[in-house]
Amino acid sequence: MTISPVDLRPAYKPADYKSDIKPIWCPGCGDYHVLMSFTRAFAQLALPPENIVVVSGIGCSSRIPAYVNCYGFHGVHGRSLTLAAGLKVTRPELTVVVASGDGDGYSIGGNHFLHACRRNIDMTYVVMDNHIYGMTKGQPSPTTEPEFDTALSPGGTGLRPFHPLVIALASGANFIARCFSGEPNETAAILVEAIRHPGFSFVEILSPCVTFRPDEAGWKNLVHPAPVAATSDPAKAARRIMTDDGFNIGILYRGNRRPYQPAVGQASVDLSELEKDFEL
Amino acid sequence: MSNLADAPKIAGIADLFAVAYQIEADAADRYELLADQMETHNNPELVAVFRDLARAEGIHRDEIRRLAGDIDVVAHAQRIAQWSRSESPEAADLSGAHYLMTPWHALQLALGGEERALAFFKSVVETVTDPAIKKLAEEFVEEEAEHVNLVHRLLRRYPKPSDTWSDDSDPPAPQE
Repeated sequence: MTISPVDLRPAYKPADYKSDIKPIWCPGCGDYHVLMSFTRAFAQLALPPENIVVVSGIGCSSRIPAYVNCYGFHGVHGRSLTLAAGLKVTRPELTVVVASGDGDGYSIGGNHFLHACRRNIDMTYVVMDNHIYGMTKGQPSPTTEPEFDTALSPGGTGLRPFHPLVIALASGANFIARCFSGEPNETAAILVEAIRHPGFSFVEILSPCVTFRPDEAGWKNLVHPAPVAATSDPAKAARRIMTDDGFNIGILYRGNRRPYQPAVGQASVDLSELEKDFEL
Repeated sequence: MSNLADAPKIAGIADLFAVAYQIEADAADRYELLADQMETHNNPELVAVFRDLARAEGIHRDEIRRLAGDIDVVAHAQRIAQWSRSESPEAADLSGAHYLMTPWHALQLALGGEERALAFFKSVVETVTDPAIKKLAEEFVEEEAEHVNLVHRLLRRYPKPSDTWSDDSDPPAPQE
């Protein structure tokens, strides 16, 4: 009897998911680590690149589809979730990951965030939160602290910051986690869980902006593992999330709502017919 | 940052070679990434420094592969050379990068990496009982100690910059 050697190597390496395009983020930006977490998570899940789609909106974080070797869509400001929702319900076999930032996701796309949580379509929403609009040069975002004093917000905005995790929970997200970009392996492990979990998974990643928020370099000293395991009880989760210090890292809520997935019908229009409308 | 607590377990010579290989491979990849960042942000002096560091780590990586002989360190590293929470010891801390950083800062990153690798191999020497693994780990300790000394020697060429090193006469000002 011949025994064939078994190749125990993982099917994919993180490098298999890196595109040839070099990121142009500022050196020191947390988004470099988030990119690593993406590629490590995809490798751990052994997802064929052709079965993944990364959809984004506009902003520094939303450049990520260009840097990942899989399908991508760099969409309209704040509308990444709508694109992703349409894609996922029509192609449920694909793994859909949506990338956004605190400006794109919570302000311009804030309304879509609520309804994506409510619909609970099986996809993963990653928001790289740096509490500032970086790409457009330093305007306060929905998560900027009220006292953050800049030329654009003299004396601070005085506004209560948006609390994305609480809002996600109240709106129906089925999985909620907070990560820190400076811990890329931990973040990758949480992304793996988020992608595996049925329904709408929301992962907020604290990702410092070294250019407009150099004070965020101190986040690495503030983050700490969540002291308790994830709960499936929304009331418990709400209490924990509302009373934590904003630096609890880990999976905070795992719900068990059934994902929304309508039956996919046959296209009523032949694609070649549709193409005729766009002929020049 | 790397942490000894979640380092891969060394149960044989092949494991040690694989982990040593991965440490050097990760270091080389990270320096290439930093060199790319500096290229994008027009800091040519740092591009050269990081490319040199990447080249040096690449030589170490290839040397370990050669020393491992018949052991397929690349495949074995893929299986076992993973840090579950933290990063591989010599992978430079990306959050320590800045578009105006100087060679002194780059060498500080390198020094941190070499010191973490040294601490890792010392911990292997202290914890393994197999004499062959211990002997190989001691060789890696010697190697890493030499790298630490080398970075210290290089740092003599580049004194610590003044506190104004990050001042930019044309800063990325907030858009009003």
